[in-house]
Amino acid sequence: MSLAKRIIPCLDVRDGRVVKGVQFVNIKDAGDPVEVAKRYDDEGADEITFLDITASHEGRDTLIHMVEAIADQVFIPLTVGGGIRKSEDVRTMLNAGADKVAVNSAAIFNPNLINQLSEEFGSQCIVIAIDAKKVADNKWEIFTHGGRKSTGIDAVEWALKMTKGDHGAGEVLLTSMDCDGVKTGFDLALTKAVTGAVSVPVIASGGVGNLAHLSEGILQGGADAVLAASIFHFGEYTVQQAKQAMQENGIEVRL
Amino acid sequence: MQSIAIVDYGMGNVRSVQKALEHVAPNDKIFLTDDVGLITDADRIVFPGQGAMGACMRALNTHGLVEAMKQAAGEKPFLGICLGLQLLFDHSQENSGTDGLSIFSGNVVHFPETELKIPHMGWNTVKQTQTHPLWHNIKDNARFYSVHSYYVKQNDSSVVAGLSNYGIDFTCAAAKDNIFAVQFHPEKSQHDGLKLLENFVNWKP
Repeated sequence: MSLAKRIIPCLDVRDGRVVKGVQFVNIKDAGDPVEVAKRYDDEGADEITFLDITASHEGRDTLIHMVEAIADQVFIPLTVGGGIRKSEDVRTMLNAGADKVAVNSAAIFNPNLINQLSEEFGSQCIVIAIDAKKVADNKWEIFTHGGRKSTGIDAVEWALKMTKGDHGAGEVLLTSMDCDGVKTGFDLALTKAVTGAVSVPVIASGGVGNLAHLSEGILQGGADAVLAASIFHFGEYTVQQAKQAMQENGIEVRL
Repeated sequence: MQSIAIVDYGMGNVRSVQKALEHVAPNDKIFLTDDVGLITDADRIVFPGQGAMGACMRALNTHGLVEAMKQAAGEKPFLGICLGLQLLFDHSQENSGTDGLSIFSGNVVHFPETELKIPHMGWNTVKQTQTHPLWHNIKDNARFYSVHSYYVKQNDSSVVAGLSNYGIDFTCAAAKDNIFAVQFHPEKSQHDGLKLLENFVNWKP
């Protein structure tokens, strides 16, 4: 008996509602975030991640109230990402009840940001979110703007750089932009390349369409946690079913 | 109505500790504070901690809290969480070496470099190594949520109250008289974590 692999349902949130799109377009409504979070908590989710895809300031305030409302009722780790650019954003989210914040594009524009945030808040609450897209065999680059804009940065090197040293990020949230929403499984080669390179835990994300995909992310990709959205949102599977399937594949889970 | 002071020296997210305590003790007065007087007057003390140990000790010193913490740990129900466990020991390797409060004898060391990911993050089983009121109605080997890169190595094995394994067995709960301290986060460990907090709130050492 030792550390369990984690299942993390992810809520993409826009203007206070859970939404889900395919490759960041064709957005569908998936419910009230507080209700959805409570349901996942009841089903045995190990953590919950919220990714805010709201652009407006009004939406930002809605998100803060939403995190507060969820943290009042759900006593498992909560991660919030989307629009985290500076120390003040991190503090606001932690004060609202988040336990970790995921930093994505802001780290690309300011490569020192992760170091600053980890030093201030502790690396345990700073997650580096990486959106990677395949550009050649066994080569992935970091993309921004919902996968439309390449930065030319190598994803594996970036993951290493952002997690190195005493003030690196404490965790990597790795999303394959090619697989996100497509439901054909994780990009296992990408997952394996990153989990093999970094010394911190890696959450595999993007592409889960059935329960077997979750186990693949752990067993073949080497991930420490798996993140999925649509298979849970629309009632296809419960988190409990997902955990049972993983356990049947010999993976240690919290049941 | 009793009062429970959560020591908040500005080093991280202690709101979730407050929310969880409010959930299990809705009629108690639960507050975040760095005020020596309020800490001295409170019926119970919760001592969380996040970030790095060096910064935490500096903050305790800056806020003049070191003596108040030692005094509280000597006389009333006291719950340490995460860094709040580590800070009770003599010394930590973190930040090129940091002295703690020396309430427990022993040191805080980094997990050995192996193929295991660091920090140790997630839900691990906790083996209860002694019967204790804070384990009441919590099953042996229940899972709790942790996130840390350092662990405590006590000199006096009688203080060990719980063990986890991550490459090695390590102490994840320590207890002595009116003090109970855990490496994991009860406030983030769902039902069993809330149960532990409830046990603390009702504990009469």
